[in-house]
Amino acid sequence: MKITLKSILVTAAIAISSPALAADIIVVTHGQAQDAFWSVVKNGVELAAKHTGANVSYRAPETFDMVAMSQLIDAAVNQEPDGLVVSIPDPDALGPSIRRAVAAGIPVISINSGSDVSKDLGALLHVGQDEFDAGVAAGERLAAMGGTSGLCVNPEVGNVALDLRCAGFDKGFGGTTSVLPVTMDPAEVQAKVTAALSSNGDIDTILSLGASSSGEPTIAALKAMGVNGKIHMGTFDMSPGFLESIIAGDAAFALDQQQFLQGYLAVNFLALHADFGLMPGGNVPSGPNLITADKAGQVVELSARGIR
Amino acid sequence: MADKNSDDIDERLIAESSFSKLIKRPELGAFAGVVLVTVFFFFTADESMFTLSGVLNFMTPAAQLGILAIAAAMLMIGGEFDLSLGSMVAFAGLFFAVCLVNLGLPLLIAIPCTLVFAALTGLINGQIVTRSGLPSFIVTLAFLFILRGLSLVGLKMATGGSTQLRGIREAVKGDFLVPFFSGDAFPAIFAWLGENGYIETFKNGTPKVTGIPVEILWFLMLAAVATYVLLRTPVGNWIFAAGGDANAASNSGVPVFKVKVSLFMLTAACAALLAIIQVLDAGSTDARRGFQKEFEAIIAAVIGGCLLTGGYGSAIGAFFGAIIFGMVVIGLTYTNIDQDWFQVFMGGMLLISVLFNNMIRKRVTGER
Repeated sequence: MKITLKSILVTAAIAISSPALAADIIVVTHGQAQDAFWSVVKNGVELAAKHTGANVSYRAPETFDMVAMSQLIDAAVNQEPDGLVVSIPDPDALGPSIRRAVAAGIPVISINSGSDVSKDLGALLHVGQDEFDAGVAAGERLAAMGGTSGLCVNPEVGNVALDLRCAGFDKGFGGTTSVLPVTMDPAEVQAKVTAALSSNGDIDTILSLGASSSGEPTIAALKAMGVNGKIHMGTFDMSPGFLESIIAGDAAFALDQQQFLQGYLAVNFLALHADFGLMPGGNVPSGPNLITADKAGQVVELSARGIR
Repeated sequence: MADKNSDDIDERLIAESSFSKLIKRPELGAFAGVVLVTVFFFFTADESMFTLSGVLNFMTPAAQLGILAIAAAMLMIGGEFDLSLGSMVAFAGLFFAVCLVNLGLPLLIAIPCTLVFAALTGLINGQIVTRSGLPSFIVTLAFLFILRGLSLVGLKMATGGSTQLRGIREAVKGDFLVPFFSGDAFPAIFAWLGENGYIETFKNGTPKVTGIPVEILWFLMLAAVATYVLLRTPVGNWIFAAGGDANAASNSGVPVFKVKVSLFMLTAACAALLAIIQVLDAGSTDARRGFQKEFEAIIAAVIGGCLLTGGYGSAIGAFFGAIIFGMVVIGLTYTNIDQDWFQVFMGGMLLISVLFNNMIRKRVTGER
């Protein structure tokens, strides 16, 4: 028991010894610590803390639990930080807690999800990727490559964010497009893409909405049919496997939403706000950044370091 | 009163000092655990954790878990587990939300319907366990998956493909039952306290605490009722007997099966109560609600002195166990400890509090 008490006191001493003068900024997201995507956000937060000297802490519920997340926001508000960064995957569940932060006079910036509700809830601005605009950018690029008939491979029809990506694609592409609803099962994606290509010979362009979930199985389908490199192919998000396909020439690009910037910029803005009262005048799009063959090599290296 | 020196008197009739009675209670260790955790955070956490708003802040998740943990503790004393508890929260939440949003029912009908519906699911659980004689661990594990899966299927059917059902706040707007199940109680008192400077306010003058979250009141009420039933009623004796030795209990006329099935129904109904509170508070429900709550509830009950083998434990212990859990979950965010260490600390603190609890109990009861 003595040893236990001693170790607790030592831990306590380490925990207390941190700077107290700098701005206090708290980040609460729905991204779990183990999630590869969110660990990149967290790395951005930490680099911003280092650069600005702000005292930043990053928190997220251990599971995708909106009730627990709203309690974490409440706990953050009680500590009256100089700035609060939140992601808003469920505005109904998180809205009251965010409004309470705003009512308490705490500057709030939203990141990643919630661009549509950010203003209404009282956040100063949103740092993230507009799903529709990203879809438009992908569509324009694929149209410029000569595509006329497109297919949007959607693993979650009904998920508003993903539906917006397909709608944006339709607008940017200009030609005819259709949505292929699939699931998260790679074998099913491959089979459905094969079936769609066989039944409609006009299709010359495919946009997938997730790199590993639907992008990689789509590439596998193209390879099996021997049309890889002939059909224009792009995807949302990135995965090591898909980046290899871009380098090999089987796919044209991946749309990177650069979530590192979401963590880095939000903390930076709030630190500048605390020190000098500065704040950009509107939402900041962190992406999309089109990753093509010439950039893919660098991205593979950076993604191993948790930056992309 | 009995004479202590007399040799022929039954030892069960010997009067005990109230102190020695107190330290033999199963919940003592859990209370000591609360003290230990409080001391830890007193030294490591930001001072705002132990202000009124900070305390209510960690009591909210504690109360939500506690509603489950008290029911789980009673079931464990009765000798059974319910691993479908967490999935039941999602499933009952879905049922409740569909009643409100898709069917447009008022709360007066939707709430009883949800509780009865959950209790019926508990009835199925209980009947399968008691009739088949299979361990409840396995039967309810099956329901953990079945109910979680049904929540996903049901949500997609109810919403036309989304895994999130929204619009509950609009559906219950103006319903007179809302204040009993969501938000903060006694807002007027707290507003008055804030205006007069008796409680802390934010820089702009709004009080930090706008009321006591209703789940805390439900939690206290449930703990009181469960403790009364366990310690002061024949049903309480039946529960201890059924969990201690079902055979002997049954031979002495305790309706063991009925007791166990009722406990399963009670547990499911408590999960539904939590679902109702969460759905009304959040204004939405999704397929992940209540995820892993079954384990947290059982852990809280065990911290509170329940034995995994049944027949021993207390509702008050589970009450303290849930508070320890809430303090650790929220308390770590008041410290400067990096989030990546969260689970390590969580596991470590739970282990320490259970070991501590165990050590104290053994020392004072002279158990080996």
